[in-house]
Amino acid sequence: MSPDIFIKATPIVLQGLQLTLIITICSFVLGQILALPLGLARQANSPLLRWPAAIYTFLIRGSPLLVQLFIIYYGLGQIPAVRNSILWPILREPLYCGIIAIALNSAAYMAEVVAGALRRVPKGQTEACISLGISRRHRFTDVLLPQVYREQLPNIGNEIILVLKSSSLASAITIMEITGVARAFTARTFAPFEVFITAGILYLAIGFAFTFLFRLLERRYGITGTRTPAPEASA
Amino acid sequence: MSAILTYLPHLLQGLLVTLQVAAGSFVIGLLIAIVAVFGWNFGPRPLRWFISGYVTVVRGLPELLIIFLVFYGGTVLLSGAFGTYVEVNALTAGICALSVVAGAYLTEILRGALLTVPQGQWEAATSLGLSRMTAFRDVVLPQMLAYAVPGLGNQWLVILKESALVSIIGLEELMRKGVVAAGATHSPMTFYLTVGALYVAITGVSTLIIGAADRRAARGR
Repeated sequence: MSPDIFIKATPIVLQGLQLTLIITICSFVLGQILALPLGLARQANSPLLRWPAAIYTFLIRGSPLLVQLFIIYYGLGQIPAVRNSILWPILREPLYCGIIAIALNSAAYMAEVVAGALRRVPKGQTEACISLGISRRHRFTDVLLPQVYREQLPNIGNEIILVLKSSSLASAITIMEITGVARAFTARTFAPFEVFITAGILYLAIGFAFTFLFRLLERRYGITGTRTPAPEASA
Repeated sequence: MSAILTYLPHLLQGLLVTLQVAAGSFVIGLLIAIVAVFGWNFGPRPLRWFISGYVTVVRGLPELLIIFLVFYGGTVLLSGAFGTYVEVNALTAGICALSVVAGAYLTEILRGALLTVPQGQWEAATSLGLSRMTAFRDVVLPQMLAYAVPGLGNQWLVILKESALVSIIGLEELMRKGVVAAGATHSPMTFYLTVGALYVAITGVSTLIIGAADRRAARGR
């Protein structure tokens, strides 16, 4: 290992930083947005809502993200209806496909977290809201949801780390994020240790930054004393 | 449909390799974790630092990066040692990389499970004259593993799915066979859906087995 190559690898690996951050943040946000209706559907009374959501989470959680990524990027193009649709300009781009695939994946895992948190909200709260004459909508937006999200902040913080790690898969569909540029640079220089270690340090640094950010959020908004244990690892 | 039937034997062959990679990594990872948990609890301080560093670092890195590091790094090391270009076998590299990853997560799982084994078990074992090593191996470890069944099962599912990443370094497992079939027939959707269905089938069956194993491990608890 030569320090020389470390110095040379750093700017190269940093070139991928922007794409890694874009993929991570976009997929995370989109995943969170999709997870809420999905989680609610998992908890719904109507089987028409419950079953599709259950099947969706079962299929997504039961297969590798790489397969899902390839289905969206390579698979959808096989269908003429997709190629002729107005969505094609989006689904043709590897970056958008990567973001969509990771978001759909993350949403399935987060939906379980949201559903679990909804299940744990004491029934008395609903009764209290009804007896206080709070409307359904406000019961939902002002009572239930704040509790769910404040309680789940640690899990949400975990999820963004998982999404960060998943973003490395985008390199498999030609996106030059950190892992992608590191691999390409390795092929040129044949110095895998220097390059991948530099990339690894960068991932750890981003991970620490997100963890720190969520610690701050937790301190500000988290519900103390209800810290849930770390979720089961997911990939 | 006929295309699927033509390639089905290939896919099933790939499925066997996938199971090999996953099972190999799981078993080696579990051994790493058992040693690491023992070291974490009884080892000297530098060893504890090392183990907690290993767990933190590996859990913060993308699995794909670790696979690349082991595969390309191993190739450079071996080529250096033999003086000519020697490429690391993708199966070995995959199992090594995923074992390291699984080891870190399993260490966390076992550490949690160890806390649920009552302190009295240790005291009883040592007061009966068992050494710390024997007490760990014969008294605490079996109970710890029984408590850990849901976590271990979950990690098995994670490894099964992560093993698909090894296809990127060219190992002919299920995912790779799917990529080859998709390329040869120009019908990626068909084959990636088939591959996805096969993964769902093994994870589904695994989930049932894990449930049964947990019910068995929880008897008398």
